[in-house]
Amino acid sequence: MLGRDEDILKAAEDWSKAGRGVALATVVETWGSAPRPVGSNLVIDSDGNFLGSVSGGCVEGAVVTEAIDVIDSGKPKVLEFGVADETAWQVGLSCGGTIRVYVEKVS
Amino acid sequence: MKIDILHTLNTERAARRAVVVVTDIGSGAQRLIKATEADKDPLAETIDKRLRMGKSGMEETAQGRVFLTVHVPSPKLVITGAVHISQALAPIAQMLGYDVTIVDPRTAFASPERFPDVKVLAEWPDVALPPLNVDRYTAFVACTHDPKIDDPALLHALARDCFYIGALGSRKTHAKRNERLKAAGISDADFARIHAPIGLDIGAISPAEIAVSIMGEIVQSLRQKPARSAKAEAA
Repeated sequence: MLGRDEDILKAAEDWSKAGRGVALATVVETWGSAPRPVGSNLVIDSDGNFLGSVSGGCVEGAVVTEAIDVIDSGKPKVLEFGVADETAWQVGLSCGGTIRVYVEKVS
Repeated sequence: MKIDILHTLNTERAARRAVVVVTDIGSGAQRLIKATEADKDPLAETIDKRLRMGKSGMEETAQGRVFLTVHVPSPKLVITGAVHISQALAPIAQMLGYDVTIVDPRTAFASPERFPDVKVLAEWPDVALPPLNVDRYTAFVACTHDPKIDDPALLHALARDCFYIGALGSRKTHAKRNERLKAAGISDADFARIHAPIGLDIGAISPAEIAVSIMGEIVQSLRQKPARSAKAEAA
């Protein structure tokens, strides 16, 4: 299966050992309909390369941007994203919930 | 995350051992706890519950809000007997995310035509089982009705501490099995770990229905019993 958590965590380790700045993002809480379950991971490097997912692609861009800050500062961050769009839900899009994402540097 | 924690995490996952990472999301403080050492942790009870459910999540603790990342190996199912019930049980288990292997030395049964999408090994259990790394995240089901095939596999499953062990057969068949396995040195406690008659009592008649009752019992064993092994608890 593509993008299994173990591959993502292995990539985080490999990237870090290769000398790249790396951050790990983890879905820590979800409310309502969230596309990826709690515990899902996204690994990001300082050039903006990433692997894995914390949503169905809706918020990854924002997480990558924040993650680059976390890599610079070394300070973990908690990000919250909410998409309360009834229309989106009605047409069958899964982005109708709220997720909280913890972003930490791998060091 | 500290690189050494990440390295231990990846090592444990590769070895199919369960681990939990506890993160204080306020301070970033983090620790890794191996399932085998969870009882020594201040959050032992919470960790045990989460390991059983295989579910990550936020927890309120005396030290504040922490996030528990739970890493539990994906379950495996090993079946002896490439029989009619196995033809139904294998796809049901695969749908539930189990990595399924069927072992049957009888080549007429263990044919790829009968099991198009399942790993089937036409070998005796003493050859087929050791490389499969049967472990406590493995369910084992004996379906051949043939003691020459089922008995050595059951002994292997008991020794490897499978979370579920079931054997097809009537009470009479199971009583005879008891005599044989006792003679092979199995204790009463170990023998009692074998589910027989196999499966939840749902009045199953057809092979597919029996497969459903077996799978239901496997899920129940995985989710309702402590992830800690019976042996570790007795110790």
